[in-house]
Amino acid sequence: MILTNFHLLVGILLFSIGVLGFLIRRNLLVCFMSIELMLNSVNLIFVTYSNMLKSTIGLMYVFFIMAVAAAEVSIGLAIIILLFRQKGTVDMDSLNTLKG
Amino acid sequence: MFRYIVFIPLFPAIGTFLNGIFGHRFTKNAVHTVAITAIGLSFLFSLYAFFQLISLPPHARVIEETVYSWISTGNFSVNVAFLLDPLSSIMLLVVTGVGFLIHIYSVGYMHHDKAYWRFFTYLNLFVFAMLLLVMGNNFLMMFVGWEGVGLCSYLLIGFWYEDNNNANAGKKAFVVNRIGDFGFILGIFLIFTTFGTITYRDVFDKATMMLPYGGTIATAITLLLFVGATGKSAQIPLYVWLPDAMAGPTPVSALIHAATMVTAGVYMIARCNVLYSLAPFSLGVVATVGAITALFAATMGLLQRDIKKVLAYSTISQLGYMFLGVGVAAYSAGVFHLMTHAFFKALLFLGAGSVIHAMGGEQDIMKMGGLRRYIPKTFLTFFIGTLAIAGTPGLAGFFSKDEILWQAFSSPHGHPVLWLIGAVAAGMTSFYMFRLTFLTFFGKERMDEHTKHHIHESPNSMVIPLMILALLSIIGGYVGIPEALGGGNHFHHFFEPVIRHVGEPKEEHFSHALEYGLMATSVGIAVIGFLISYTFYIKNPELPERLKNSMAGLYKLIFNKYYVDEIYEFVFVNGCKGLGTLLWQKFDVLVVDGIVNGVAKVVEILGETVRKLQTGYVQNYAVGILLGIVVILGIFIF
Repeated sequence: MILTNFHLLVGILLFSIGVLGFLIRRNLLVCFMSIELMLNSVNLIFVTYSNMLKSTIGLMYVFFIMAVAAAEVSIGLAIIILLFRQKGTVDMDSLNTLKG
Repeated sequence: MFRYIVFIPLFPAIGTFLNGIFGHRFTKNAVHTVAITAIGLSFLFSLYAFFQLISLPPHARVIEETVYSWISTGNFSVNVAFLLDPLSSIMLLVVTGVGFLIHIYSVGYMHHDKAYWRFFTYLNLFVFAMLLLVMGNNFLMMFVGWEGVGLCSYLLIGFWYEDNNNANAGKKAFVVNRIGDFGFILGIFLIFTTFGTITYRDVFDKATMMLPYGGTIATAITLLLFVGATGKSAQIPLYVWLPDAMAGPTPVSALIHAATMVTAGVYMIARCNVLYSLAPFSLGVVATVGAITALFAATMGLLQRDIKKVLAYSTISQLGYMFLGVGVAAYSAGVFHLMTHAFFKALLFLGAGSVIHAMGGEQDIMKMGGLRRYIPKTFLTFFIGTLAIAGTPGLAGFFSKDEILWQAFSSPHGHPVLWLIGAVAAGMTSFYMFRLTFLTFFGKERMDEHTKHHIHESPNSMVIPLMILALLSIIGGYVGIPEALGGGNHFHHFFEPVIRHVGEPKEEHFSHALEYGLMATSVGIAVIGFLISYTFYIKNPELPERLKNSMAGLYKLIFNKYYVDEIYEFVFVNGCKGLGTLLWQKFDVLVVDGIVNGVAKVVEILGETVRKLQTGYVQNYAVGILLGIVVILGIFIF
């Protein structure tokens, strides 16, 4: 039980680090990594509950998320590379062309 | 057995279709062959229908043929159906018969025109619309025909549209007619709301049962319908378009603006005789307007110098007679005059066209004179027409005009004053028609040498219709010889099934002696008109000039047609323009534009405020998402 709580706490901690990292950091690559961190923290929580409730549904979701995350990484990285080629930077403060 | 009457309007429609679609590829021969065949077949069918109709007993002479159901929604249903009764059969014969002759005449008259096929297309279309008007068995079909003939009138007045004046004349005719049509359609609406149907038979059946004699509804309906009639039939105050309509080719003036279309109002009143008989006030209005128009237009015709304008004012005046006739509830007399007038006025217009043709386009009678030696056939027929319209005893005009005048005096709705106005107008008619004839065909030759050299008699295609019409102008009146003259007044008896007697005051009886007396008086007045004309323009040609100088003011007033056009221009045209400008500058600019611009302004301000939320920084949006989640979670938890 204590172990379960510990796993959940780790998950929450990782998620919070991800959120804060995304909000605070200005480097696009770091932000991207923060997003991945959030996804994986969610995975951890899914696995924990799956184990706790003796249900495989959580596991199923984990695989889905992994697949989606893999796809997202490949596209996201491609976008970041293209952005870098265009602008010569990955600093998010300089990427505000949608400013109203 | 009467199924074939469906074809009567169908032939001109087919003619219109053929000439309208393929006409520009046809030769001139093919164009007029199609058009004349179409109307000729219509005429033959009409003639057959007429003879079949008179072989039936009088009470069975109302035939309706339904073609198909046109509109059927809720309690409103209209059929495309044709009605054949004495009234419509007479109109059919007049429209197709006179129309046929005028089509033949047009072959000669329009020979050199480059838009030959367009002319015959319009002419066929007109006949089609006119036949719908007179044959429909309900008010909607009458209205469709009514608008159709108005359209054709517009198209044909402006036929030579390269000249701006002609196009303007067409527009004027159309706009003035719209004013009348407005009243007409309101009248039809009122009929529908009152009776719940617009089929003649049902309306008239219900009218006799539902409406009290002299009631408000009957009066309102009939007055509204009469507004339409004043527009279409050129009565005061909407007559102003007809003189301008002479801008069209002369066969058009003869067919549309003399013989057929302008009599649609008379037909309509004769058709709705039940409603009018129920509304004595409306009858009074019709008779008064008719009588005043007859006199007023006749005075305007006295001094015109354009051969067609004289005839135009004469037409207005004669239409006034017809309205005087139907306005004293002598419906058969009005339609009788309609028929004889169609003969002699078509003859006069076509004769005038022949004169214009001979003179190479000249229309000013002051530049004519002595033409009888050059174009004897035209002269002879034109002279017969003049005699007929002037009311010479024995010719068509005499019988019909006299019938109207007698009815104006003796009918329960009549009044001696109406008779007097009519008789004076008859004298003027005689004066201006003989003036026209004398100035055109007698006296000194006032044209220049060049024109004189080219004067020639018109081709046979023009002269033969003139002769036929002249013959009809002579014998056309013998179908309605009044009983006082020993005739049977067949026309009146033939007409009887159309008329329903409702709530009429008691018939008064007058002696034949009185009728003879009045007849002699009106003939006497006409003779006086002739004598004055003879003195002025044959015996003593400088007399009119002296008279003109001694009464310059009156001359100017009449010569300028009482300045009615100018007054209308000032009051209505400028009034409308002024109102339009006012609405444009005040209402449109301030209110309409204000609303539109105001809406745009509000949206702009809102957008300006809200756009500040769009920073373009992804993290700012992420904060928004986070806050949103916190709020949603907060709601779920608390």
